[in-house]
Amino acid sequence: MSLNMFIQHFINALGLGSLYGLIAIGYTMVYGILRLINFAHGDIFMLGAYFVYFATIHFKLPWGVGVVLAIAGATLCGLLVDRIAYRPLRSAPRISALISAIGVSFFLENLATVVFTGMPRAVVQPPWLMHPIPVRGIRLIPLGLMVPVISFLLVAGLLWIVYRTKPGLGMRAISFDIETTRLMGVSVDKIIALTFALGSALAALAGIMWALRYPRVEPFMGVFPGVKAFIAAVFGGVGSIPGAMIGGLALGFVEIMSIAFFPTLSGYKDAFAFVLLIVILLVRPTGLMGEKLEEKI
Amino acid sequence: MLDIKNLHIWYGGIHAVKGLNMVIDRGDIVTLIGANGAGKSSTIRAIAGLVRGYKGGISYTNPGGKTVDLNGLKPEDMVRMGIALSPEGRRILPQLTVRENLLLGAYIRSDKEGIEEDIEHVYSLFPRLKERYAQKGGTLSGGEQQMLAVGRSLMSRPDLMMLDEPSLGLAPILVGEVFEIIREINRQGKTILLVEQNAFAALKIANRAYVLEVGSVAIEGTGRELLQNAAVKEAYLGG
Repeated sequence: MSLNMFIQHFINALGLGSLYGLIAIGYTMVYGILRLINFAHGDIFMLGAYFVYFATIHFKLPWGVGVVLAIAGATLCGLLVDRIAYRPLRSAPRISALISAIGVSFFLENLATVVFTGMPRAVVQPPWLMHPIPVRGIRLIPLGLMVPVISFLLVAGLLWIVYRTKPGLGMRAISFDIETTRLMGVSVDKIIALTFALGSALAALAGIMWALRYPRVEPFMGVFPGVKAFIAAVFGGVGSIPGAMIGGLALGFVEIMSIAFFPTLSGYKDAFAFVLLIVILLVRPTGLMGEKLEEKI
Repeated sequence: MLDIKNLHIWYGGIHAVKGLNMVIDRGDIVTLIGANGAGKSSTIRAIAGLVRGYKGGISYTNPGGKTVDLNGLKPEDMVRMGIALSPEGRRILPQLTVRENLLLGAYIRSDKEGIEEDIEHVYSLFPRLKERYAQKGGTLSGGEQQMLAVGRSLMSRPDLMMLDEPSLGLAPILVGEVFEIIREINRQGKTILLVEQNAFAALKIANRAYVLEVGSVAIEGTGRELLQNAAVKEAYLGG
């Protein structure tokens, strides 16, 4: 493989991996706080993609406006999912919330099929995003560079919120001990809602960028990226935000590079994620950055 | 400042508190003592807003003279009104640093300078915490964690500070130290409600004490009176 080809694949993997990472962050944040796998997360991703499709292609709004509206719409949906499907089950056994999550996921996918129809719709990419820039014989597509850059900026912003702000302190505290955190005056429901909002906004952005990369939207487009992002979260260590990003990147690289080097394996593309999952569960079940549970003294 | 009238609490089918009456005057150290299961923790948790659906009245009069019925309010409302509970077992957040634990205690406040002043105040009460401010809470010893728990509940600038079993699991020398600091905090103007198994240590510093037995008040009086009381001596002070 020529160096040029390798660089193309590298950028491609970086883009795919950072999208997995963005989705994985939503899983990991909600799991970290509620010990709940929010199966509906992949469908929020799908809704974000649909919203931007309708805003820009149907209603002919400028891309900037469409992106903002799509993020707002998907975030609102994420908040509604928490309010309607999870919050009433906060003190119920964990399995109830998990079943509710699966139910919400099916509901959203089928609702989307009814409302948007099951027909995939083509997304028209803005030309400036696709116009290749030649750099030393490599054709760089602006979109390919934008995706990882935006993703890393978002992760940096999120880490700032979690580690440097008061609501972030509340989030971290809730993930260890909800009752004690309430006793400190933290409105737990508000912080949980904020967590869902942040996770949903990131998923929506990932959905938008996904729709631009593979230029189409369809109701079940969130299923596979959702499952893979969940694997990425487990790989990185559930509960760890940098872990989710690293897991996403690892997965992106495994998928892209294995096909780049062994094109005959391309039929198995989706299987690599699961191989990675099995390996990490065997070797290091807490994930790369997963923290060992410290015993209370 | 706090008036509890005919309090009843049920846990599932268990009638844990049966018609408890209790009064806390501003500026006092009041202690609740009694055996395991007598209803001490249930009472204190009800005041903090952690118990849903109890019967009877808990009313709180704030320093401005306004009286509020606490039934149905959430724990975060209590903290905002000035009622703080340091729960049993310390419940330090193990992955947060000492400083972050203190900042969490000040969560309802937004006066940065005041918060820094209060952190310094806590460090002056517990110099050990200052040495360890960047360490994770989970790495502290039991005594240090208790100090952090007490310091943390000071951080919301409470009017009423409730401590559930602060001596639990501490070496006797540390128990003395913690109680001396509780007394010091009281001298600086905080009203304190202390739930304790260590009746002797608690009664020594209490202005007013209630002995709970199977969910209601069996004996009440000043700390000194109860230290002399034959029944209390027999049951709680080892004869």
